Amino acid sequence: MQSVVELWVYLSATPLFGLTATLTTYVLAQATYQRLNQAPWANPVLWTVLTLALLLTLTDTPYPTYFSGAQFIHFLLGPAVVALAWPLWQRRAELRRRWLAVLAAALVGGSAAAGSAVLAGWALGLPLPVLASLAPKSVTAPVAMGIAQQLGGIPALAAVFAVLTGLIGALLAKPLFDLLRVRQPELRGFALGSISHGIGAARSMQVHPAAGAYAALALGLQVLLASLLMPFVSLLLGALPALRP
Amino acid sequence: MDALRGLALLLLCQSTGEVAARGAHLPLPGPVLGMLLLLALLAWPVVRKPVGAAADVLLTHLSLLFVPVGVGVITHLAVIGEYGGRLALVLLLSTVVGLVVTALTLRALLPAAAAPGAGAEPASPG
Repeated sequence: MQSVVELWVYLSATPLFGLTATLTTYVLAQATYQRLNQAPWANPVLWTVLTLALLLTLTDTPYPTYFSGAQFIHFLLGPAVVALAWPLWQRRAELRRRWLAVLAAALVGGSAAAGSAVLAGWALGLPLPVLASLAPKSVTAPVAMGIAQQLGGIPALAAVFAVLTGLIGALLAKPLFDLLRVRQPELRGFALGSISHGIGAARSMQVHPAAGAYAALALGLQVLLASLLMPFVSLLLGALPALRP
Repeated sequence: MDALRGLALLLLCQSTGEVAARGAHLPLPGPVLGMLLLLALLAWPVVRKPVGAAADVLLTHLSLLFVPVGVGVITHLAVIGEYGGRLALVLLLSTVVGLVVTALTLRALLPAAAAPGAGAEPASPG
Protein backbone atom coordinates (compact mmCIF):
# COMPACT_ATOMS: atom_id res chain seq x y z
CA MET A 1 0.00 0.00 0.00
CA GLN A 2 2.78 2.32 1.00
CA SER A 3 4.57 1.73 -2.31
CA VAL A 4 1.42 2.50 -4.30
CA VAL A 5 1.15 5.86 -2.56
CA GLU A 6 4.82 6.54 -3.20
CA LEU A 7 4.43 5.61 -6.84
CA TRP A 8 1.45 7.99 -7.17
CA VAL A 9 3.35 10.80 -5.46
CA TYR A 10 6.21 10.28 -7.90
CA LEU A 11 4.08 9.98 -11.05
CA SER A 12 1.73 12.86 -10.26
CA ALA A 13 4.71 15.22 -9.94
CA THR A 14 6.20 14.43 -13.39
CA PRO A 15 5.11 16.08 -16.64
CA LEU A 16 3.98 12.63 -17.74
CA PHE A 17 0.92 12.90 -15.47
CA GLY A 18 -0.56 16.10 -16.96
CA LEU A 19 0.01 14.98 -20.53
CA THR A 20 -1.34 11.46 -20.03
CA ALA A 21 -4.36 12.60 -18.04
CA THR A 22 -5.27 15.26 -20.64
CA LEU A 23 -4.96 13.01 -23.68
CA THR A 24 -6.63 9.97 -22.11
CA THR A 25 -9.56 11.95 -20.75
CA TYR A 26 -10.03 13.77 -24.05
CA VAL A 27 -9.94 10.55 -26.10
CA LEU A 28 -12.58 9.01 -23.82
CA ALA A 29 -14.73 12.17 -23.90
CA GLN A 30 -14.45 12.31 -27.70
CA ALA A 31 -15.52 8.64 -28.01
CA THR A 32 -18.52 9.29 -25.73
CA TYR A 33 -19.42 12.39 -27.78
CA GLN A 34 -19.41 10.31 -31.00
CA ARG A 35 -21.48 7.59 -29.36
CA LEU A 36 -24.08 10.18 -28.30
CA ASN A 37 -24.37 11.42 -31.91
CA GLN A 38 -22.43 14.62 -31.13
CA ALA A 39 -25.12 16.02 -28.84
CA PRO A 40 -24.09 19.62 -27.94
CA TRP A 41 -24.29 18.93 -24.18
CA ALA A 42 -21.80 16.05 -24.58
CA ASN A 43 -19.10 18.52 -25.74
CA PRO A 44 -15.75 16.77 -25.25
CA VAL A 45 -13.89 19.92 -24.06
CA LEU A 46 -16.54 20.58 -21.40
CA TRP A 47 -16.39 17.07 -19.97
CA THR A 48 -12.59 16.79 -20.23
CA VAL A 49 -12.14 20.07 -18.34
CA LEU A 50 -14.68 19.10 -15.66
CA THR A 51 -13.18 15.63 -15.19
CA LEU A 52 -9.62 16.93 -14.95
CA ALA A 53 -10.60 19.80 -12.63
CA LEU A 54 -12.32 17.27 -10.35
CA LEU A 55 -9.34 14.89 -10.55
CA LEU A 56 -6.88 17.64 -9.59
CA THR A 57 -9.09 18.83 -6.75
CA LEU A 58 -9.67 15.33 -5.35
CA THR A 59 -5.98 14.34 -5.55
CA ASP A 60 -4.84 17.74 -4.27
CA THR A 61 -2.61 18.18 -7.33
CA PRO A 62 -1.55 21.83 -7.82
CA TYR A 63 -2.37 23.31 -11.24
CA PRO A 64 1.31 24.15 -12.03
CA THR A 65 2.18 20.45 -11.59
CA TYR A 66 -0.57 19.50 -14.03
CA PHE A 67 0.44 22.25 -16.43
CA SER A 68 4.08 21.11 -16.51
CA GLY A 69 2.78 18.20 -18.61
CA ALA A 70 -0.22 19.83 -20.27
CA GLN A 71 1.93 22.71 -21.56
CA PHE A 72 3.04 20.53 -24.47
CA ILE A 73 -0.56 20.53 -25.71
CA HIS A 74 -1.10 24.17 -24.78
CA PHE A 75 1.96 25.16 -26.80
CA LEU A 76 0.31 23.97 -30.03
CA LEU A 77 -2.27 26.79 -29.80
CA GLY A 78 0.29 29.18 -31.33
CA PRO A 79 1.01 27.08 -34.45
CA ALA A 80 -2.75 26.40 -34.67
CA VAL A 81 -3.41 30.16 -35.00
CA VAL A 82 -0.78 30.32 -37.77
CA ALA A 83 -2.43 27.30 -39.41
CA LEU A 84 -5.67 29.28 -39.78
CA ALA A 85 -4.08 30.77 -42.90
CA TRP A 86 -4.83 27.42 -44.58
CA PRO A 87 -8.67 27.51 -44.46
CA LEU A 88 -8.51 31.21 -45.38
CA TRP A 89 -6.36 30.36 -48.41
CA GLN A 90 -8.65 27.50 -49.44
CA ARG A 91 -11.65 29.82 -49.41
CA ARG A 92 -9.87 32.70 -51.15
CA ALA A 93 -12.14 32.70 -54.24
CA GLU A 94 -15.26 32.88 -52.11
CA LEU A 95 -13.62 35.47 -49.87
CA ARG A 96 -12.77 37.65 -52.84
CA ARG A 97 -16.43 37.64 -53.91
CA ARG A 98 -17.95 38.15 -50.46
CA TRP A 99 -15.18 39.95 -48.62
CA LEU A 100 -17.23 43.01 -47.77
CA ALA A 101 -20.23 41.10 -46.34
CA VAL A 102 -18.01 38.67 -44.44
CA LEU A 103 -15.77 41.37 -43.05
CA ALA A 104 -18.72 43.56 -42.02
CA ALA A 105 -20.51 40.65 -40.31
CA ALA A 106 -17.32 39.69 -38.44
CA LEU A 107 -16.79 43.29 -37.37
CA VAL A 108 -20.39 43.94 -36.29
CA GLY A 109 -20.80 40.56 -34.57
CA GLY A 110 -17.45 40.66 -32.80
CA SER A 111 -18.05 44.21 -31.57
CA ALA A 112 -21.55 43.27 -30.38
CA ALA A 113 -20.16 40.36 -28.36
CA ALA A 114 -17.28 42.33 -26.81
CA GLY A 115 -19.37 45.49 -26.28
CA SER A 116 -22.32 43.70 -24.70
CA ALA A 117 -19.99 41.77 -22.37
CA VAL A 118 -18.16 44.90 -21.18
CA LEU A 119 -21.33 46.98 -20.79
CA ALA A 120 -23.36 44.25 -19.07
CA GLY A 121 -20.44 43.48 -16.76
CA TRP A 122 -20.05 47.16 -15.97
CA ALA A 123 -23.77 47.55 -15.28
CA LEU A 124 -23.56 44.59 -12.88
CA GLY A 125 -20.67 46.23 -11.06
CA LEU A 126 -17.78 43.94 -12.07
CA PRO A 127 -14.32 45.47 -11.43
CA LEU A 128 -12.22 46.84 -14.32
CA PRO A 129 -9.62 44.03 -14.48
CA VAL A 130 -12.47 41.52 -14.84
CA LEU A 131 -14.09 43.67 -17.56
CA ALA A 132 -10.77 43.88 -19.41
CA SER A 133 -10.53 40.08 -19.20
CA LEU A 134 -14.08 39.71 -20.54
CA ALA A 135 -13.58 41.97 -23.58
CA PRO A 136 -11.51 39.58 -25.76
CA LYS A 137 -13.45 36.44 -24.81
CA SER A 138 -14.70 35.76 -28.35
CA VAL A 139 -11.14 35.55 -29.65
CA THR A 140 -9.28 32.27 -29.53
CA ALA A 141 -7.63 31.71 -26.09
CA PRO A 142 -3.94 32.44 -26.81
CA VAL A 143 -4.76 35.72 -28.56
CA ALA A 144 -7.36 36.62 -25.90
CA MET A 145 -4.65 36.28 -23.24
CA GLY A 146 -2.35 38.69 -25.08
CA ILE A 147 -5.13 41.22 -25.64
CA ALA A 148 -6.32 41.04 -22.01
CA GLN A 149 -2.80 41.79 -20.87
CA GLN A 150 -2.64 44.88 -23.08
CA LEU A 151 -6.01 46.05 -21.71
CA GLY A 152 -4.96 45.63 -18.08
CA GLY A 153 -6.88 42.40 -17.53
CA ILE A 154 -5.80 39.04 -16.10
CA PRO A 155 -4.55 36.78 -18.95
CA ALA A 156 -5.36 33.45 -17.24
CA LEU A 157 -8.87 34.67 -16.42
CA ALA A 158 -9.35 35.87 -20.02
CA ALA A 159 -8.40 32.39 -21.24
CA VAL A 160 -10.97 30.81 -18.93
CA PHE A 161 -13.66 33.26 -20.13
CA ALA A 162 -12.73 32.45 -23.73
CA VAL A 163 -13.08 28.71 -23.12
CA LEU A 164 -16.42 29.23 -21.31
CA THR A 165 -17.71 31.44 -24.15
CA GLY A 166 -16.65 28.74 -26.61
CA LEU A 167 -18.57 26.12 -24.69
CA ILE A 168 -21.71 28.26 -24.21
CA GLY A 169 -21.80 28.98 -27.95
CA ALA A 170 -21.27 25.33 -28.88
CA LEU A 171 -24.11 24.35 -26.53
CA LEU A 172 -26.61 27.07 -27.50
CA ALA A 173 -25.99 27.53 -31.24
CA LYS A 174 -28.27 24.76 -32.46
CA PRO A 175 -31.45 25.65 -30.53
CA LEU A 176 -30.79 29.38 -31.03
CA PHE A 177 -30.34 29.16 -34.82
CA ASP A 178 -33.30 26.77 -35.15
CA LEU A 179 -35.41 29.32 -33.29
CA LEU A 180 -34.22 32.16 -35.57
CA ARG A 181 -34.61 29.98 -38.68
CA VAL A 182 -30.99 30.52 -39.62
CA ARG A 183 -30.59 27.30 -41.58
CA GLN A 184 -27.68 27.68 -44.02
CA PRO A 185 -24.66 25.87 -42.58
CA GLU A 186 -22.40 28.69 -43.81
CA LEU A 187 -24.25 31.30 -41.71
CA ARG A 188 -24.36 29.04 -38.65
CA GLY A 189 -20.68 28.16 -38.94
CA PHE A 190 -19.61 31.75 -39.51
CA ALA A 191 -21.51 33.00 -36.45
CA LEU A 192 -20.25 30.18 -34.23
CA GLY A 193 -16.64 30.65 -35.36
CA SER A 194 -16.92 34.43 -34.84
CA ILE A 195 -18.24 34.21 -31.29
CA SER A 196 -17.07 30.86 -29.96
CA HIS A 197 -13.67 30.78 -31.74
CA GLY A 198 -11.83 27.42 -31.82
CA ILE A 199 -14.36 25.49 -29.76
CA GLY A 200 -17.21 26.72 -31.96
CA ALA A 201 -15.17 25.99 -35.08
CA ALA A 202 -14.40 22.47 -33.86
CA ARG A 203 -18.11 21.90 -33.27
CA SER A 204 -18.99 23.32 -36.72
CA MET A 205 -16.41 21.13 -38.48
CA GLN A 206 -18.00 18.06 -36.95
CA VAL A 207 -21.53 19.08 -37.91
CA HIS A 208 -21.07 20.20 -41.55
CA PRO A 209 -18.01 20.75 -43.79
CA ALA A 210 -19.22 24.11 -45.15
CA ALA A 211 -20.08 25.26 -41.64
CA GLY A 212 -16.59 24.24 -40.55
CA ALA A 213 -14.88 26.15 -43.37
CA TYR A 214 -16.87 29.32 -42.63
CA ALA A 215 -16.18 28.92 -38.91
CA ALA A 216 -12.43 28.68 -39.54
CA LEU A 217 -12.66 31.73 -41.77
CA ALA A 218 -14.55 33.64 -39.06
CA LEU A 219 -12.06 32.54 -36.43
CA GLY A 220 -9.15 33.87 -38.48
CA LEU A 221 -10.95 37.15 -39.17
CA GLN A 222 -11.82 37.67 -35.48
CA VAL A 223 -8.20 37.16 -34.48
CA LEU A 224 -7.12 39.82 -36.98
CA LEU A 225 -9.92 42.29 -36.24
CA ALA A 226 -9.67 41.92 -32.48
CA SER A 227 -5.91 42.45 -32.50
CA LEU A 228 -6.33 45.59 -34.56
CA LEU A 229 -9.41 47.01 -32.82
CA MET A 230 -8.91 46.18 -29.15
CA PRO A 231 -7.10 49.49 -28.51
CA PHE A 232 -10.54 51.09 -28.99
CA VAL A 233 -11.95 48.86 -26.25
CA SER A 234 -9.34 50.30 -23.91
CA LEU A 235 -10.83 53.72 -24.66
CA LEU A 236 -14.26 52.36 -23.68
CA LEU A 237 -12.81 50.80 -20.53
CA GLY A 238 -11.12 54.10 -19.70
CA ALA A 239 -14.38 56.02 -20.08
CA LEU A 240 -16.50 53.63 -17.97
CA PRO A 241 -15.42 54.66 -14.45
CA ALA A 242 -16.40 58.27 -15.23
CA LEU A 243 -19.87 57.09 -16.24
CA ARG A 244 -20.55 55.20 -13.04
CA PRO A 245 -23.38 56.97 -11.25
CA MET B 1 6.73 13.74 -43.52
CA ASP B 2 4.53 16.36 -45.16
CA ALA B 3 2.88 17.16 -41.83
CA LEU B 4 6.28 17.46 -40.16
CA ARG B 5 7.57 19.79 -42.87
CA GLY B 6 4.37 21.78 -42.54
CA LEU B 7 4.78 22.05 -38.76
CA ALA B 8 8.31 23.37 -39.29
CA LEU B 9 6.91 26.00 -41.66
CA LEU B 10 4.18 26.96 -39.16
CA LEU B 11 6.77 27.34 -36.40
CA LEU B 12 9.05 29.38 -38.66
CA CYS B 13 6.16 31.73 -39.49
CA GLN B 14 5.22 32.01 -35.81
CA SER B 15 8.83 32.73 -34.80
CA THR B 16 9.18 35.37 -37.49
CA GLY B 17 5.90 36.86 -36.28
CA GLU B 18 7.10 36.95 -32.66
CA VAL B 19 10.37 38.61 -33.67
CA ALA B 20 8.54 41.20 -35.80
CA ALA B 21 5.91 41.90 -33.10
CA ARG B 22 8.52 42.42 -30.40
CA GLY B 23 11.10 44.12 -32.57
CA ALA B 24 8.77 46.64 -34.17
CA HIS B 25 6.34 46.94 -31.19
CA LEU B 26 3.41 46.01 -33.43
CA PRO B 27 -0.02 45.73 -31.79
CA LEU B 28 -0.61 42.29 -33.36
CA PRO B 29 0.32 39.08 -31.45
CA GLY B 30 3.16 37.00 -32.94
CA PRO B 31 1.00 34.06 -34.11
CA VAL B 32 -1.35 36.49 -35.91
CA LEU B 33 1.57 38.03 -37.81
CA GLY B 34 2.70 34.47 -38.50
CA MET B 35 -0.71 33.68 -39.97
CA LEU B 36 -0.48 36.70 -42.29
CA LEU B 37 3.03 35.70 -43.33
CA LEU B 38 1.86 32.15 -44.06
CA LEU B 39 -1.06 33.50 -46.09
CA ALA B 40 1.45 35.33 -48.26
CA LEU B 41 3.72 32.25 -48.50
CA LEU B 42 0.83 30.08 -49.71
CA ALA B 43 1.00 31.90 -53.04
CA TRP B 44 4.08 29.71 -53.53
CA PRO B 45 2.81 26.25 -54.63
CA VAL B 46 5.64 24.21 -53.03
CA VAL B 47 4.51 25.02 -49.47
CA ARG B 48 0.82 24.16 -49.96
CA LYS B 49 0.93 20.37 -49.52
CA PRO B 50 2.99 20.32 -46.30
CA VAL B 51 1.11 23.29 -44.79
CA GLY B 52 -2.23 21.66 -45.62
CA ALA B 53 -1.18 18.39 -43.98
CA ALA B 54 0.01 20.08 -40.77
CA ALA B 55 -2.95 22.49 -40.62
CA ASP B 56 -5.45 19.64 -41.04
CA VAL B 57 -3.94 17.75 -38.10
CA LEU B 58 -3.85 20.82 -35.84
CA LEU B 59 -7.27 22.20 -36.76
CA THR B 60 -9.05 18.81 -36.58
CA HIS B 61 -7.99 18.49 -32.95
CA LEU B 62 -8.27 22.20 -32.18
CA SER B 63 -10.65 21.72 -29.25
CA LEU B 64 -8.14 19.50 -27.41
CA LEU B 65 -5.70 22.42 -27.31
CA PHE B 66 -8.10 24.43 -25.09
CA VAL B 67 -8.18 21.82 -22.33
CA PRO B 68 -5.06 22.89 -20.34
CA VAL B 69 -6.25 26.52 -20.22
CA GLY B 70 -9.79 25.41 -19.36
CA VAL B 71 -8.57 23.35 -16.42
CA GLY B 72 -6.96 26.60 -15.20
CA VAL B 73 -10.45 27.50 -14.01
CA ILE B 74 -9.52 25.82 -10.70
CA THR B 75 -6.94 28.54 -10.01
CA HIS B 76 -9.60 31.27 -10.30
CA LEU B 77 -12.32 29.73 -8.14
CA ALA B 78 -12.05 32.72 -5.78
CA VAL B 79 -12.92 35.32 -8.47
CA ILE B 80 -15.53 33.00 -9.95
CA GLY B 81 -17.02 32.36 -6.51
CA GLU B 82 -17.20 36.08 -5.77
CA TYR B 83 -18.79 37.13 -9.08
CA GLY B 84 -20.10 33.73 -10.23
CA GLY B 85 -23.75 34.56 -10.88
CA ARG B 86 -22.99 37.89 -12.58
CA LEU B 87 -20.20 36.38 -14.68
CA ALA B 88 -22.48 33.57 -15.85
CA LEU B 89 -25.13 36.12 -16.81
CA VAL B 90 -22.63 38.30 -18.72
CA LEU B 91 -21.09 35.34 -20.56
CA LEU B 92 -24.48 33.92 -21.50
CA LEU B 93 -25.96 37.25 -22.61
CA SER B 94 -22.97 38.40 -24.66
CA THR B 95 -22.58 35.02 -26.36
CA VAL B 96 -26.24 34.97 -27.43
CA VAL B 97 -26.06 38.62 -28.57
CA GLY B 98 -22.89 37.90 -30.56
CA LEU B 99 -24.26 34.77 -32.25
CA VAL B 100 -27.56 36.42 -33.22
CA VAL B 101 -26.00 39.67 -34.45
CA THR B 102 -23.32 37.89 -36.50
CA ALA B 103 -25.71 35.41 -38.16
CA LEU B 104 -28.38 38.02 -38.94
CA THR B 105 -25.85 40.59 -40.23
CA LEU B 106 -24.28 38.09 -42.62
CA ARG B 107 -27.71 36.90 -43.78
CA ALA B 108 -28.78 40.48 -44.45
CA LEU B 109 -25.58 41.34 -46.34
CA LEU B 110 -25.46 38.33 -48.64
CA PRO B 111 -27.92 38.77 -51.52
CA ALA B 112 -30.63 36.10 -51.25
CA ALA B 113 -29.87 34.63 -54.68
CA ALA B 114 -26.15 34.39 -53.93
CA ALA B 115 -26.69 33.25 -50.36
CA PRO B 116 -24.55 30.23 -49.61
CA GLY B 117 -26.47 26.99 -49.69
CA ALA B 118 -29.52 28.54 -51.40
CA GLY B 119 -31.08 25.98 -53.70
CA ALA B 120 -28.82 23.24 -52.41
CA GLU B 121 -31.38 22.41 -49.74
CA PRO B 122 -34.92 23.42 -48.86
CA ALA B 123 -33.84 26.42 -46.79
CA SER B 124 -36.17 28.65 -44.77
CA PRO B 125 -39.66 27.70 -45.84
CA GLY B 126 -41.97 30.61 -45.06
